[in-house]
Amino acid sequence: MAYALRLPDWKNLLRTARPSSAPAKLGRRYIYILPTRYGLMYAVVLIGMLVGAINYTLSLGFVLTFLLAALGNVAMLHTWRNLANLTITTGRMEPVFVGEDARFELIATDHSGRPRYAIAAHIADQAPAYADIAAFGQVKLLLTRPAKRRGWQQAGKITFFTEFPLGLFHAWSYVELDCRCLVYPHPAMPGLAVPSASAEGSTGAAESTGGDDDFAGLRTYQFGDSSRRVDWKASSREQGLMTKQFQGEAKLSLWLDWQLTPGHNVEQRISQLTRWVIDAHTANHNYGLRLPGVELPPANNDGHYHACLEALAILDTK
Amino acid sequence: MIPAIQRPTLTDIRWLLVSLGLVMALHVAHLALWVSAAIVMLGLWRYAIAIGKLDFPRLMILLPLTVLGGLGIMLTYHGLFGRDASVALLVIMLSLKLMETNSRRDFMLLTFLSYFLTTTAFLFNQSVVVGLVMLLPIICLTATLVGISHPNGSLGWRHPLRLSGIMLAQAAPVMLALFLLFPRVPGPLWGVPQDSYRGMTGLSDSMEPGNISQLSLSGAIAFRAEFKGEIPKLSQLYWRGPVLWHFDGRSWRMSSNRLNLPREMLRVQGAPTLYSVTLEPHNRNILLMLDMPTSLPSNALLTRDYQVQSREPVRTRIRYDVSSNLNYTLAARLDGHERELALQTIDGENPRAQALAEQWVSSGKSPEQIVQTALTMFREQPFSYTLSPPLLGANPIDDFLFNTRSGFCEHYASSFTYLMRAAGIPARVVTGYQGGEVNSVGNYLIVRQSDAHAWSEVWLEGRGWTRVDPTAAVSPLRIESGIAAALPESNALPILSRRDFPLLRKLYLSWDAVNNNWNQWVLGYDQQRQLDLLSRLAGNRLSWQDLTIGMMLAVGVIGLAIGLAMLRGKQIKTDKLQRLYAKFLSKLESAGIKRASHEGPLDFGQRAAARLPHKAQAISQISGLYADLRYGSKASAQALERLRNLIKGFKAS
Repeated sequence: MAYALRLPDWKNLLRTARPSSAPAKLGRRYIYILPTRYGLMYAVVLIGMLVGAINYTLSLGFVLTFLLAALGNVAMLHTWRNLANLTITTGRMEPVFVGEDARFELIATDHSGRPRYAIAAHIADQAPAYADIAAFGQVKLLLTRPAKRRGWQQAGKITFFTEFPLGLFHAWSYVELDCRCLVYPHPAMPGLAVPSASAEGSTGAAESTGGDDDFAGLRTYQFGDSSRRVDWKASSREQGLMTKQFQGEAKLSLWLDWQLTPGHNVEQRISQLTRWVIDAHTANHNYGLRLPGVELPPANNDGHYHACLEALAILDTK
Repeated sequence: MIPAIQRPTLTDIRWLLVSLGLVMALHVAHLALWVSAAIVMLGLWRYAIAIGKLDFPRLMILLPLTVLGGLGIMLTYHGLFGRDASVALLVIMLSLKLMETNSRRDFMLLTFLSYFLTTTAFLFNQSVVVGLVMLLPIICLTATLVGISHPNGSLGWRHPLRLSGIMLAQAAPVMLALFLLFPRVPGPLWGVPQDSYRGMTGLSDSMEPGNISQLSLSGAIAFRAEFKGEIPKLSQLYWRGPVLWHFDGRSWRMSSNRLNLPREMLRVQGAPTLYSVTLEPHNRNILLMLDMPTSLPSNALLTRDYQVQSREPVRTRIRYDVSSNLNYTLAARLDGHERELALQTIDGENPRAQALAEQWVSSGKSPEQIVQTALTMFREQPFSYTLSPPLLGANPIDDFLFNTRSGFCEHYASSFTYLMRAAGIPARVVTGYQGGEVNSVGNYLIVRQSDAHAWSEVWLEGRGWTRVDPTAAVSPLRIESGIAAALPESNALPILSRRDFPLLRKLYLSWDAVNNNWNQWVLGYDQQRQLDLLSRLAGNRLSWQDLTIGMMLAVGVIGLAIGLAMLRGKQIKTDKLQRLYAKFLSKLESAGIKRASHEGPLDFGQRAAARLPHKAQAISQISGLYADLRYGSKASAQALERLRNLIKGFKAS
C-alpha cells in the first residue's frame, strides 16, 4: 500500500491572534511576510540585470540594479507596515439560510495615523474582500463563507493580507475572533400549504380562506417567499423584488407543530416547518411554533419570525 | 460595498503606456525608424482599446505581426543576436505583448521587463544625462506597480507617483551602500556581441593620406590626462601611438610582429613626469603615453619601438597611472636589420622626391643638415596646412611635394619620412595625439580625436631616434597652441575645438569637468578603484571578503534605520484645549472616575459630579466651559485661559 507523502501544513504552526475579547490587534508578532510569485520574478530579473552589468561592465547597470534591489527591500517594509497594528473588531452578523453565504462583518481600524491600502481579508479559501482605510479611520469588511448547515456558524480563522504597494511581498496575519453567524434551515419547496388556523392546537386540513382576493400592499421580498406572490410588474419597473400581501390572511391564527409535520427525517421536518414559518409570516398569519422542548406562542411580527427561525436553526433533537 | 479584485483601470493602462513610452524613448536614437514607428502605433492601438474604441486583436492578427516583427529585425540588423538587434527585438516584443495585456499578471511582467529594458540603454550610453533621465521611467514604472497592486479600484495618478518617489528616495541610501561595497567582478563573464563596440573612433594601426584628417573632424574625446605636478608645455606633449615602418607607396603600416628584434635601448635623464590617463574605449589595443614611457600600466605590453599596448582591445573606459620621461635618448645603436627596415622605399616610384634627396646627399650634407634642409623647404616654400587636402595622384609623395603642397600632418610626416629614407637616413612615422586642451576647471588635459597627429622619427648617429615634426615647420601654431589656432575658422573643425564664444567654452569646460568626475567615480568605479578607495578609507588593505561583510553590515544598518523611521507611528495631533481636558480627565481617573468612550463631556461631567458631590460645581463648570470651547461658537483666548486655571486648581480628592 502506498502512502502519499503528507507534509504537515506549515501554516498551522503560525501564530493566530486569538484575543479573549475583541478587538484583535495585528501586532508585529502576528504578521508574516514572504515574497509573492511576482517578487520572485522581480528577483530573477534583477539577477539578470546584475549579470548583464558585470558582463558588460555597465556602472549605471549596477546603479539601477542596486536601486531596484533596495526598492524591493523598501517595498517589503511598506507592505509589512501596511498591515501592522490594524485593529480588528466584529460588526453585525445577519442570519442567513442554508445555501446562502454566511456573512461576517469585520471592522478594521487604523490607530497609527497612516492610511492603509488594499487590505484584504478572507475566510478559508473564499474570495477575499478588499478595502482601503483612511488614517485613524475604519472600514467594514464583509466576509462570506457558504452556509452549509443550520445552526451557529463560526467564522473560524480569518486571514488578513496585503500586497500593497508593489505586489512583491505578501504580508498576512491570522485572526480568530468570537464571530458567528446564525444559519437558518433550508426551507422546503413551497407546495404543502400552511396548516390552517383553528381552535387550540389542532392543525386541520389546509383550508383556503379565499383571502387571496384582498390585496393589502407590498413588502420587500424575503428569501423563501413564493414566486407566485412576487410582484413581477414592480420588479420589471426596476423597483426591486416585492412580495404581494393580502388582507384576509392577517386574521388567521395557527400553530405549526413539530409532531404534526410530515417528513421522513428530522431535517426534512425542520425544512418543512421553516417553509411554513416563512409562508405564514408572508401571509401575515398569527402563528405559533411548537418544537420538542420549545414553544413559541402565536404572534405576527419580525421578532417572532426570527425567533421561530432561530429555534428551528438550533434545534437539537438528540 | 466591498470592492473585490478588478481588472486594471484606465489609469493603470495610462501609467503603463507612459512608462513604456519613456523607457523606449531612451532607445529611440539607436532603433531603426520603422521600429520606433511600430512602437508608437502599437501604443496608440492599445490606448484605443483601453478607451473602448477598439477590441483586443485576436491571435490570428497578433501572431503574424510577431513573426513579421522578428523577420523585420532580422533583415534590418542582419541577425537577431547582436546588441542592436537584441534590443530592437526586445522592444518590439514588449510592444506586441502590450496588445494582449489586460491582467494584473501581464502588467507586472511588462513592468519587470521594462526595468530590464532600461538597463540595456546603458549598453549605448552611460553619460551623466542618461543616468539622470533614467530615473524618469523608473519612477513611472514603479508608479505603475503601485497602481496595479491596488486591486480594489483606482488610486488616481498622483498618489502612485508620490509613493513611487518616496520609496525610491528611501531606496537611495541602500543603493549607494551597495554600489560602494558590492564586490566588483571584472567582466566580461562571457563573450559580448561583436557589434557592441561598433562606432568607436580612434587611431588605427596604419596611416594613409586622409585618415588622420578625417579623425580630426571628430570632437569626441580620446582621453583625459591628469598630471601630478604641472602640466608640461603643449608643444612637448607627444602622445605616442602606433610606430609605422612599412611604406607600400600609399599607406604606412607597423612592422611585422614576428620580427624577433631586441627592444631599443632607452636612456632617460631628469625627473619623470607622473600622470594618469583615462582612455575612452576605441576597440583597439593602443594605449597612449607620452614620449617616452618609463613605467607601464599593469597588464600592458611594450613593443620594441616603445608602443604601449593592452592585451585586450580597449572596450571600456580605462584608467592608468603611469610615468614618462620627456628627456630621453632612444637606441644609440641601430643594428643592420633595423636599419634596413628604416630605409625601405619603393623602387621606381616618386622619382622627383628620390632625385631631390640624392641631390642633398651628393652636395655633401650631413644627416643633421639634410633634416634641416627638408624642414626649411617646408617652412619657406608655399606649403599650407589644411584639413581638406586635394586628392593625390599616382606618385603621392611627388604629387604632394611638388604639386598640391597643401596637406594635413599625415602628408607632411609621410613625405618627410620618405625624403629622409631616400637620403639614406633611417626614418619612421609615429602616429598619436599631440597637445590637448587644459581644462582649468578641473586642472586636467582633454585630448580629443581632433588632436590626432603624425610625426617622424629619424635615427641620427650619437642621438638615436630623434623626433622631427615637419608639421611644426609648416604650421608652428598647431604644435604650440593646438589645432584650433592653426586652422582658419572656415575649416570644418568641431565647434567645441574652436575659440570663439568664450562663455560657451567656459560652460563647456565646466560640463566636461562634471563628466570627468562621473567617468572617474561612477563609470570607472571598478574592482581596482573600489579596493583602493575603501582600503584608503579603512586604513588597511581590504579583500573582497571584507567588502562583503561591510556591505551586509551597511545594508542592514541602513535598512534598520529606514525601517524604524517608517514604523514610528504618528501621534494624534492634539490641540491645547484637548490637552487641557485630558489633564482634567486624568485627575478624575486617579480618583477612580473614568470616562467611557461613549460619554460626552457634559454627560460625563454629570456623572462625575454625582460621584464627587463636593466638587460638583467645579466639575460642571469645567465640563461646561470645555463643551463651549470645543463645540460652541464663542471660543476666545480668555475663556481658554480661564479653563486652564480651573483645571490647574482642580483637585479630584
